[in-house]
Amino acid sequence: MAEPIIVVRNLSKAFPGVQALQNVQFDLCPGEVHTLVGENGAGKSTLMKILSGVYQRDSGEILIDGKPVEIHNPRAAQKLGISIIHQELNLMNHLTAAQNIYIGREPRYAGGFLLDERTLNAKAKELFDMLHMDFDPRTKVGELTIAKQQMVEIVKALSFNARVLIMDEPTSPLNEAEVEELFDIIRHLRSQGVGIIYISHRMDELFRISDRITVLRDGQYMGTSRVSETNLDQIISLMVGRKIDETARRIPKGKPGEVVLDVRNLNRGRLVKNVGFTVRKGEILGFAGLMGAGRTEVARAVFGADPIDSGEVYIKGKKITIRHPRDAAKHGIGYLSEDRKRYGLAVGMPVLDNICMTDLPAFMNAFGVLKPKKMQKTSAEQVKALSIKTPSLLQKVKFLSGGNQQKVVVAKWLVKNCDVLFFDEPTRGIDVGAKQEIYQLLNELASLGKAVVMISSELPEILRMSDRVVVMCEGRITGELDGATATEEAVMKLATQRETMVKTA
Amino acid sequence: MANKPDDAAAATSLSRKTPETRGISARQKLLAFSSLVLLIVVFSILSPNFFQPYNLIAIMLATAVNGVLAIGVTFVIITGGIDLSVGTMMTFTAVMAAQTVAVWNLPVFVGVLMALVAGTICGLASGIMVAKLKIPPFIATLGMSMLTKGLSLIIARSKPIYFTNAPSFSKISMGTMFPFIKDFQIPNAVIILFVLAILASFALNKTIFGRYTFAIGSNEEAARLSGINTDRWKIAVYAVNGLICGIAGILIASRLNSAQPALGQGYELDAIAAAVIGGTSLSGGEGTILGTIIGAFIMSTLTNGLRILSVPQEWQIVTTGIIIIFAVYMDILRKKR
Repeated sequence: MAEPIIVVRNLSKAFPGVQALQNVQFDLCPGEVHTLVGENGAGKSTLMKILSGVYQRDSGEILIDGKPVEIHNPRAAQKLGISIIHQELNLMNHLTAAQNIYIGREPRYAGGFLLDERTLNAKAKELFDMLHMDFDPRTKVGELTIAKQQMVEIVKALSFNARVLIMDEPTSPLNEAEVEELFDIIRHLRSQGVGIIYISHRMDELFRISDRITVLRDGQYMGTSRVSETNLDQIISLMVGRKIDETARRIPKGKPGEVVLDVRNLNRGRLVKNVGFTVRKGEILGFAGLMGAGRTEVARAVFGADPIDSGEVYIKGKKITIRHPRDAAKHGIGYLSEDRKRYGLAVGMPVLDNICMTDLPAFMNAFGVLKPKKMQKTSAEQVKALSIKTPSLLQKVKFLSGGNQQKVVVAKWLVKNCDVLFFDEPTRGIDVGAKQEIYQLLNELASLGKAVVMISSELPEILRMSDRVVVMCEGRITGELDGATATEEAVMKLATQRETMVKTA
Repeated sequence: MANKPDDAAAATSLSRKTPETRGISARQKLLAFSSLVLLIVVFSILSPNFFQPYNLIAIMLATAVNGVLAIGVTFVIITGGIDLSVGTMMTFTAVMAAQTVAVWNLPVFVGVLMALVAGTICGLASGIMVAKLKIPPFIATLGMSMLTKGLSLIIARSKPIYFTNAPSFSKISMGTMFPFIKDFQIPNAVIILFVLAILASFALNKTIFGRYTFAIGSNEEAARLSGINTDRWKIAVYAVNGLICGIAGILIASRLNSAQPALGQGYELDAIAAAVIGGTSLSGGEGTILGTIIGAFIMSTLTNGLRILSVPQEWQIVTTGIIIIFAVYMDILRKKR
């Protein structure tokens, strides 16, 4: 094989509270597809961001063509021939494909002030032709499918004479046919000597498109192997295999109670396909899966935040119709979103108002005037019950810690007497100490007889907290495991079980 | 922008469009244009006085000032911003011109220059507030609106300034470059509007300035990451808008043969309305000068026609309000698809 374009040696990077990368090794040769795999938070994105100049490394070496380099910013990366295609595309929808590709570098005349649109389109067309794409560069990007937009990004990257193309989860928004098309392009680029770093969660794809696979786990380098010399089980065992503190596992108190929530044949678009599950009183049901598996979409659909295509929801055996979050709340279903600040809290308002917010009519007299004493009493009870650490009820929520903010959200739903609580990534963005508090809180809620559904992308958390684990992949439930005996390997296998794999298996 | 072939500057357009892309933008433009034609046809049927040369000229003259302001504000709205100060900025530049010519007794061209410079400086200031100080455009330009209103009143001592010493000033708007067409003498103000529209359309579609205006409005972050100095271009857009306000200021002062310091507030909303009726999206990234001009004509034709039909002025205002709401709703419907 040719000399590698990129060699990464002993790369480390820390963020406050996390060692994102520790002594990571990586290399990329021209004309190969080198795939990076790892759980959510394994450090793949951090590594890519360092290579593309978004982050700076703490220590270690990056060599390009054998020479050590510093990549201070995205521009420097581009100069070195490294282009990245982010999961979220950076395009201007109102401009045409050609205009997007050459934005900031438009061919001009008349002293650089007038645009030479003809040359612009011709140059873009040339690039598309080179990749055998039949494409009118004058089409507005906003009118293209996501797949086509991605191609525009790829062409844009190549227009910088990229020798290294980084693709972060490029296939997650694509359908099967589009994935094929993308793979054709990747193969074509590979044959032209472009090195491609590919990040994906879709295990079957890796084996179809990669030449080599490198596994990261918790920021550590776990090894690199040629695709021909490894298999899926080996890769998965490298990805997980973390020790779990068995003593920390939740021990359910007594037998779980009656079924509170029963969801059947729920469908919504591509990300919720025939989903059915039940939750019992006093139980924590874990929803595991990789990012984009459709777990949040399930919760939102049940909660009435998004309209469903079909499906039935039963509360304590009675069929209910949920068209709006209001209906869900009325039937005692609460949803605590991942993004607390955006959806869950009015951070500029005091603790008291936030707690009473969901149930304001209960605090009003006949004339619609609020009863401050009753609000105070109720919120004081909640602050005590959940031991929310706040100097006063009038403290603005934004000054509380992440864990305490989470508790305020919980209090909101408890005031409404919710029986079923969906927690979407309850510990994301919270430090380790606060995590413990959240775990304790979830346990307490379960022992109070609430039915808790916890969506989490962190495997240890899922295994530690859940009585039962439901695993999703691409909108389908691929399996259910008993929380007491589930292993990371088992969950990961289900989480990567794509429909196409099931068919071919 | 893909709407080019339909635009005012399109005569020279080089690019050909695929049928699909042409379809969408053409249909949207067609809606505004056919509404205007419909208005003209309906009023012509209802009143014999409507489709007369003198009335058509009156409509065009009534469109001139609002049309010019609307062109400027179209640039700002395409970047995703807004400018609430164009009405009083116009007044301020008119007062500056009058002060120069009528009070300081300087030549007319110095007065014109003064108005243009004053407008550009105000626009520049708004642009810096928005781009550099990160003040939301709504607030920054609201402040600029009050600021220019107050300054106009101070400079003019709250009284109109008349161009008694410079009769030629009123020729700028009301004279005509084409006196030879009998019965259809188009005032200069209208010609200035059309020339400015063609220039603006050219700038928007054929120059770097226009391309970045759209890029910023479409996805400012993507534009920034592509190496565009978005702050600088945003400031330029607001400055150009200020300059265009200066042109409007000269037009209105010339037409009234005076600078009226108390006038001006409310013009900004008419200008924004014209742009929006013409298909400029308030969320940025979309808009054409031709659309804006059509929008301005819809508004003045409606006012004129209703007046000829002796509809009370109060109802004219109500009707305009309904038209604006309807136009924006059509835009939302179009985007939903």
